[in-house]
Parts: sequence; C-alpha cells; structure tokens
Amino acid sequence: MAAQPQKQPHRPGGEEQDAAAEAGQTQANPQSQQRAEELDSLLGEIDTVLEANAEEFVKGFVQKGGQ
Amino acid sequence: MDRRVYGVETEFGITHRPTSGRGLPPDELARYLFRPVVEFGRSSNIFIPNGSRLYLDVGSHPEYATAECDQLTDLIASDRAGERIMHDLAVWTEQRLHEDGFTGQVYVLKNNVDSAGNSYGSHENYLIPRTTHFRRLSGILLPFLVTRQIIAGAGRVVSADEQRPAHFAFSQRADHMWEGISSATTRSRPIINTRDEPHADAAAHRRLHVIVGDSNMSTTTSLLRYGATDLVLRMIEAGVPIGDYELANPIAAIRAVSHDLTGAAPLRLRSGEETTAVEIQRGLLRRAQRFVGEHGSHHEQVPAILELWERAVEAVATGEHHLIEKDIDWAIKKKLLDDVAASRGLDWDHPRLEQIDYAYHDVHPQRGLFHLLVRRGMASELISEEQIQQAMVTPPPTRAAVRGKFLSTARAYGAEVTVDWVHHKLTDRPLEAVMVKDPFAAADQRVDDLLAKLAQPGTQLQERSRAERCGRAVSLALTDRYRLTGPAQPPEPPLI
Repeated sequence: MAAQPQKQPHRPGGEEQDAAAEAGQTQANPQSQQRAEELDSLLGEIDTVLEANAEEFVKGFVQKGGQ
Repeated sequence: MDRRVYGVETEFGITHRPTSGRGLPPDELARYLFRPVVEFGRSSNIFIPNGSRLYLDVGSHPEYATAECDQLTDLIASDRAGERIMHDLAVWTEQRLHEDGFTGQVYVLKNNVDSAGNSYGSHENYLIPRTTHFRRLSGILLPFLVTRQIIAGAGRVVSADEQRPAHFAFSQRADHMWEGISSATTRSRPIINTRDEPHADAAAHRRLHVIVGDSNMSTTTSLLRYGATDLVLRMIEAGVPIGDYELANPIAAIRAVSHDLTGAAPLRLRSGEETTAVEIQRGLLRRAQRFVGEHGSHHEQVPAILELWERAVEAVATGEHHLIEKDIDWAIKKKLLDDVAASRGLDWDHPRLEQIDYAYHDVHPQRGLFHLLVRRGMASELISEEQIQQAMVTPPPTRAAVRGKFLSTARAYGAEVTVDWVHHKLTDRPLEAVMVKDPFAAADQRVDDLLAKLAQPGTQLQERSRAERCGRAVSLALTDRYRLTGPAQPPEPPLI
C-alpha cells in the first residue's frame, strides 16, 4: 500500500497507462501527440526567454552572503 | 492561539547580464535598484505605505519583509507584492542602466543560493504565546522543520562534488544550515533563531523566528509551508501529546533528507531508533488530522492544507511525483527539468539545467519560468493579479494598518517620522511617540490623536484611488495614499 516509504520510485515501464503514454512518445495516439506538441512549444518558449549561454549566466550569478 | 501574526522576510538574489562582458557587481546593482526607494523614503531601509519594510541587507541583498498578517492569504499576497516591487525596481534599473551606457538585462531571483555557494534566506516569523514551553517547542518543531523540505522545498540542481554526482535535491537551504537552535543568524545559521525580539508585548508573546525555509515561488507551496507550521504550533500550544521525533543530529538529518528524493533516508532519533522524513511528516500529519477532527478548523484553508500535506507526503513516499507536479515547488521545478533533460538529452551536470533552476525563481512576470508555467496551466496559483495590486498599497488589517496610516498621513503633511514595527514617532514631537505593542490592533486612538495634531485648518486628506496611484511612480507601492486638499478646491468628482 501507499504507506510504504521503501516503495520503488521507478515503476516498470508500460505497467500503467500514464507511464506508457509518457515513455511512448513514438506512439501516434492523439493524446501523446498533443503532449509532445505542448512540450515542444514549452521548450521553444523557454529558449526565447533564457540567455543562450547557460554556463556564463550560471557563473555570473554570484552574490555576497546574506543571513 | 486562534489568531496568529505571521510575517516573512525575503532576501533576493540580483544579477546584471550585459550583452557582453561582466555585469555590474551586486553591491553596485543593489544601489541602482534602491535609488527609487531612497528617493521615496530618503533611506535604503524604509517602511512603505502597505506597512511592509523594504531594505538593503547584509551582503547587498534587496530584502522585503511583509507587514504583520493574521491571515495566510494576506501573508502570501503580501509576499507576492514584495516580488512585484522588486520587479518594478528592476525594470526601472534596466532603463536607467541603458541611459547610463550599459547594456543587457537585470534579474531579481527569489531563490536562496548562487553559483558560488553563497546563501540568503527566507525567514518566517510566527507569534507564539510566551507561555509555550520552549523545550517542548523545539523538540517537536525541529524534526518538523528538518523534514518540511519534502513538502515545501523549492528544489535545487546540485553540482557534482567529491561525494556525489550532480543531482536534484529537495531544498535550497538545507546544505547551508549549521545549527539547530541559536541566537545567531549570519554566523552559524540555525534552523530556529532564538533572538527574542517579539515586536509585541514581551510578557505575553514570543516571536518564533524560523530561518530554515526555502523561498517559494508557488503560492500553493507557501500555503502548505505556513499552514502546516501553524498547525504544528497549535498542537504544541494546546499541549496535546505528539510523539517523540527528536533527532540525534538535526543538521546531519536535514542534509540527508535534502539529497534523498525517496524520503526514506534513515534518520537516527535521540531515543536510538531510526526513522525517515516520510515517517516524521506522516506522523505529524496524522496527529494534525486528528487534532483538527477534535477541535475543528480554525480558518477556512485548513482542509486544503491538510489535503495538500497528505498528497505531498504520499507523492514522496510512493515516488508518484506527478501527484504534486503543479502544487509543490520542488516537484514543479523537477518536472520541468526532467522534460528539458529528456528531450534535449542533458545530464544533471549540464549548465542549462542549473540556469533553468535559477530562471524558475526570476520574479519577472513574463520572463520568469515559474510564471511561464502558471500561464501554461502547469503550476497552480492562489493569488490573483488584483490581490497582488491590492497588497502593494493596502496594509493587512493588523498593526500594519496603524503603521500604514501613520506613515501615509505624515507624508501628506510633509512631517518627518521615525517608525519601526512597534514605534510611531513624529520627529518634531519625540516625547509623544506611541508604542503599539498589540500586533493585532488594526487601529489605535493614541496614534490617531497624534496624527490629529498635524491637521492644518481648512485642509483635508483625500484618499487616492488605486487607479490614481497607478503609473505615477517606479512602483505602485511607492506612491502616496493621501492628497492634501485645501479649502479653496471644490471636491473632485468620484472616479468611475
């Protein structure tokens, strides 16, 4: 039951509908197609707002210590 | 306590990204950001008309401390208002930098770590009765706070080090805490800070100062964070038996919990037994459910808080993170990172993922990734735009309302004042300063009497509508609430 903290975090693939849909982006059903399109659109939008050079952004983000 | 005063203080990270080369150093950038604040209040450490405090803190972090709130939605809205004020200041700064010949963008990030390992905080304040037994308080509250990150952490991409490969952790702050309880903040960073400044009647109240929390972008996560903490405090205050979760080593535990997404890392109790973060959270949740069952909900969000608490604990226990992928910061962020990593073939040590981690906390309503996810329905949001605007100008109905009225009235008459959380002083009448020790008091006759002395014959104060205040300054929060009108002017027609 759900109360077991030892439960495996990863389920065997294909055991459930969700897992199958997530893993199976090759499947051509309309739902996974829509999900793939949404993901593409999300990643595209993220690319437009993020600075292209990730490493420079990360290295440049240095503060002084606070509390 | 049926009513409690809450507050949260947020330190923000800032960075300037020019189109090429190095940006302004953070202290210089902070001075730019705070120019409009200094212009409004003649200091870089001021209380503003909504009753909150805006200041530059240790290490040049812009900081916003919410006014005293007695409702969780007011607290969360005030916190969001602080983010919006920082955004307004950043927009102004960016324009100003361009006028001064610089290029690029200014970022204000509501997170808790930079890429060099510096940490800055999100400090919570809870008013508790002085009678609360402190030993009992810390014995129960510490294990709760050590494990609270699994239900309220902001999540973090952790770079590889000698011990571990790069990975995702629950918490931003966990690796930066050094003590369980102490009176220091900067030096040793305790989980609970005992410096006893109640900002209230010290015989009746204590201010519990919690500095272990991550800054939350998600308002549902904020609700759970403050709401669950309040419930645990209520049980402590009520004296109900809660069980023994006292940890042998809270600091070792908080780190172990942060880096183990299964919530099953063994934690040793002082009794010698072993437990896990999931078991501690589940145990406290069950106790809270029973407590609410017996005593009833003390505010209307209690059922939602308990439901979310349960869902978050089970999401960790079962690894079914999708249960909370719209509601809890670490899970929202992790889903985004997983999606990007999977479709672009990136590992946890890729800088793009660390950049996304930072960008999640960008307060910019268009550019910030958390806000982007809200627009796409991939993260939930409790606070409306209307509530944010309202919170930027309106103090919550607590002592903050007294402070806000005092400040705004004095400003209208051009009178200089000194205020803090408790004191209200007109500089010209130092002996008549008023202390308001009751943080729940939304009105105070003595303060009204003091303000009446400012009144000039034939003039009156007119309250500006929000529409009138909009667009008049760098930030709506830095506009005047009252206009002083003379006797000669006819009353203005009401705005429609």
